[in-house]
Amino acid sequence: MSYLTITELQKHYDNYHALRGINLSISEGEFIVFVGPSGCGKSTLLRTIAGLESCSSGSIKLDGRDITEVASSKRDLAMVFQSYALYPHMTVAENLSFALRLAKVSQAEIQQKVHAASASLQLDELLERKPKELSGGQRQRVAIGRAIVRQPKVFLFDEPLSNLDAALRVQMRLELARLHKKLGTTMVYVTHDQVEAMTLADRVVILNAGQIEQVGTPLELYRQPNSRFVAEFIGTPKMNLIPIDTIIREEENLNLQLLNSQVAFPENRLHGPLPSSVTMGIRPEHMALVEHGGQISGRVELVEHLGSEAYAHIQLANNQTIIVKASARSDLKDGQAVNVQIDEAEIILFNDSDRVISVIPEEA
Amino acid sequence: MKRSITRLLMAPSVIMLLVWMVIPLSMTIYFSTIRYNLLYPGQNNFVGWMNFEFFITDPGFIPAVSNTLILLLSVLIITVVLGVMLSALIDKPFFGQGIVRVLLISPFFIMPTVNALIWKNMMMNPVYGIFAWISQTLGFEPIDWLSSFPLGSVIMMVSWQWLPFAILVFVTALQSQDTEQKEAAQMDGATGWHIFRYLTIPHLARPIAVVIMIETIFLLAIFAEIFVSTGGGPGYDSTNLAYLIYNQALLQYDVGVASAGGLFAVLLANIVAFFLIRAVGKNLTV
Repeated sequence: MSYLTITELQKHYDNYHALRGINLSISEGEFIVFVGPSGCGKSTLLRTIAGLESCSSGSIKLDGRDITEVASSKRDLAMVFQSYALYPHMTVAENLSFALRLAKVSQAEIQQKVHAASASLQLDELLERKPKELSGGQRQRVAIGRAIVRQPKVFLFDEPLSNLDAALRVQMRLELARLHKKLGTTMVYVTHDQVEAMTLADRVVILNAGQIEQVGTPLELYRQPNSRFVAEFIGTPKMNLIPIDTIIREEENLNLQLLNSQVAFPENRLHGPLPSSVTMGIRPEHMALVEHGGQISGRVELVEHLGSEAYAHIQLANNQTIIVKASARSDLKDGQAVNVQIDEAEIILFNDSDRVISVIPEEA
Repeated sequence: MKRSITRLLMAPSVIMLLVWMVIPLSMTIYFSTIRYNLLYPGQNNFVGWMNFEFFITDPGFIPAVSNTLILLLSVLIITVVLGVMLSALIDKPFFGQGIVRVLLISPFFIMPTVNALIWKNMMMNPVYGIFAWISQTLGFEPIDWLSSFPLGSVIMMVSWQWLPFAILVFVTALQSQDTEQKEAAQMDGATGWHIFRYLTIPHLARPIAVVIMIETIFLLAIFAEIFVSTGGGPGYDSTNLAYLIYNQALLQYDVGVASAGGLFAVLLANIVAFFLIRAVGKNLTV
């Protein structure tokens, strides 16, 4: 059953259409991540759910209650802000208990809740400090703690990790995942970092220009994107896109002609009619560099060694550069001619309006 | 070597400032110990503490000190309280915000003499002042502000003059308040009042300290408003220390007693500053 339901949400600013008809239903206990490029409306959507922005039309329902017009303080939501937004003149303990004190909760209960939160976030030592005496990661934990003590129905996170350094970000990401497991509360999380989205989310919502581009589990989005936008947005390095010159139909296969070579594509993976112009998408890890054979060939332009693996930038005959995952110990030289073997089962086809027209075969 | 050059280069300005301070101070100290009355030239003999004794036993002395302190405290309270409230009020965007801000700040640009004249003749005049007109319109007896509430009238004028300064400082400070903090408080269930009480006021602690410090410096030496409007009267009802010193020097021609008064004013300013810094100074250190 849907817990948080967003229906036909529209948001107009003076001369800017920020949200263009958002429909989304979130189940209880889910970890949902909104992801998209900057300006796509993900933060606006979160702030509209929080009630910090009003919506122009549409409705938001939480646990069966229509909260579209309810003040943000009465929505039973807690939010963690990008800047943490800790109250600077209050100690950590006062920050944690602020909401409870406003709600006139009894002293004993406040003590007990603050204690529980600070213990689970390792803040016990810091309770008497002021925010400015804390490190970035500690502030972040206080901000999360402030949300936890209220025991809200939904946690909202607005790019909470973007102010942390890379190492700390990985650690906090893990802590957030643990926290979600422990509390089991519904969480809505906004980020522009697709790695955060992929690692944290039960389901990812990809937004683009104020609209939902696709909703799905991280693996669904990775394996079966709906559109070129999603295909390019998810995955690092990006998916390679190679234009197809012509397509020849054979018995069971489509024969994709590109750059004087051909790639077979099983026709039963085609979804819908075959358009006139087709682009092939293939991820770097679904190609291999081979000495003999392979479907396409090119020259090594540059190799990026990452230790556990390497990415070879291969320049093709049409001067396009594709990225191919290579083994870590490959001794590729710049300028060397190589053949590229494409895993035909992983090919994704896009039509001329950038929609995907291939489906992933059912796995046995 | 490097250090001595630095000192050498700084010396002219330091010496200049020192001389600037030391000469008037030592002259005042000197005058305060001699008989120096403009009506009796040439009789400038040393009199010890007599000038101080005269100043302190002057019938105007006790009222002047208390008026100085009442004026200072009242204006501080009025400008800070009203200043915080008005600044918070105009902090949220509304139509005409820019104009309202300029209007609120503009009294600060009016010189004290003109300010006093405006209040004396246009606002408080019992015959054709605006206050009188309002009273009459409502069917009350018009009040002669300057003779009935002389110190209150001065407080009103000075507050009007200094409120814009407080607003200017507070409005600027409010603009630096973090909006995400306010939103976080909103999510935490805070009402507008809670946000004002628990976020805005603590945020303004330092600007309030600054306003109090700066205003104190000027308010201890208020003179033009009193001179133009009440002339210190009736009696000593609106005489403050600065006006009493003027009274001694230029109405009674006794420069010696006036100098003693000046030194006493320095002492009073230091006492006030001592308590003020203890009260609000801790906001400045952090």
